Amino acid sequence: MMATEMANSVQVPARAAGRSSSMALLVLIAGWLVPGAGHFMLGKWVRGLLLFVSLMLMFGVGVALQGKIYSPNTGDLLDILNFVGDLGTGLLYVVARIFDLGQVAVVTVSADYGTKFMVVAGLLNVIAAVDAHSLATGRKAS
Amino acid sequence: MTITHFDAVLLFSLFTSIVFGITQRAEPRMMIRFGAFCFVLFVLGTVAGSWLMWLIKH
Repeated sequence: MMATEMANSVQVPARAAGRSSSMALLVLIAGWLVPGAGHFMLGKWVRGLLLFVSLMLMFGVGVALQGKIYSPNTGDLLDILNFVGDLGTGLLYVVARIFDLGQVAVVTVSADYGTKFMVVAGLLNVIAAVDAHSLATGRKAS
Repeated sequence: MTITHFDAVLLFSLFTSIVFGITQRAEPRMMIRFGAFCFVLFVLGTVAGSWLMWLIKH
């Protein structure tokens, strides 16, 4: 009860300082679909550009190393988790699937690195999108 | 494309540190400091881990 009251007292000013919830949701989705897009929408150009370049390069290096891109599956738990990680890259994942990238078997160590680069790029993109959402709601100051 | 293990460590650390720096701190100066801290920690941690594995093997 007391914890709830404390949480509310913290959240109310944050919401007042932030944008509308629909705008915040839009920022979150845009940030997920295109790396850095959420920050661009909020006028954080340098941060957005750094995120965009970093995540695009990370995903690009993963593809260049012939890493694997996971498809929806119900097999091994790690395969499912890797698919969820890949999905975090948003439209990059869709583009990669359309062009049949990352569909070869992983036979070298560097290809395994490539797989991890793409999964981590997806996870980092989710963090970046949530950061943009926090900025939009006012939960994060600047 | 092929890269060495160390190249992979450097690239991974660089990209990850940039995202961590931006998302985990609010002030630009603190972002740079935290990003640099993460980068050093990633690289040194990997090198230390590699030596540890070498020692275990030998």
